[in-house]
Amino acid sequence: MILFLLGLITGAIGGMGIGGGSVLIPSLVLFTKLNQQAIQGINLISFIPIAVVALIIHYKNKNLLFKIILPLILSGIIGAFIGSSLSLNISSELLRKLFGLFLLFMGFYELFYKNKKT
Amino acid sequence: MDKLRHLYKIIIIGFLAGLINGLFGAGGGTLVVLYLTSFLKIDQHKAQATAICVILPLSLISSLMYYNNGFTSIDSAIRVAVGGIFGSYIGSSSLNKIPENYLRKFFGIFIIIAAIRMVLA
Repeated sequence: MILFLLGLITGAIGGMGIGGGSVLIPSLVLFTKLNQQAIQGINLISFIPIAVVALIIHYKNKNLLFKIILPLILSGIIGAFIGSSLSLNISSELLRKLFGLFLLFMGFYELFYKNKKT
Repeated sequence: MDKLRHLYKIIIIGFLAGLINGLFGAGGGTLVVLYLTSFLKIDQHKAQATAICVILPLSLISSLMYYNNGFTSIDSAIRVAVGGIFGSYIGSSSLNKIPENYLRKFFGIFIIIAAIRMVLA
């Protein structure tokens, strides 16, 4: 099943620190006929169990910085509400093009990324 | 005092991360990691872990909003999620084997091509 494979690749990429959604969403655009909002919704939902699993491990390794996490979440909730409302109220075609522009930025970011430790 | 200086920046970054994540369904985590590593000089692993912890509730909220508006396919999401759980295990295990910079450049190119196709379609 192609969705399972796409999930596999996305999870693997995400596990290595690169944003999996940047690969999953264009792949779903390519392989399905779902509209942009539905595809983004799939990325959002599928992230949840993956994140929970990862967080259990991170918590055990004491990698979580709660003093920073809390304020980020609080202001993030407001942003999430506004962002989602926006995306749900524009056309799929427009959202897809906007996402494409956003993805362009992401692509260049990954391309020019330099890990100083390597 | 030092934390207060950072606090208003954290609030802005959090807001933007939620906004991007809600609007595009992705990308909030990248912004958070970028901020944590560049400005707060937090190491990569802790930054990524922290970002996941932040994006989780934000994605939850956005997911609910998308779902309430009928914009999702639960069984597709489940299939992707199951693959993703296996994938993230594989990904975390091979973290040390593949040089990160090479990987990012490779995916960067893929993403740019995909982006151009999306904008021109």
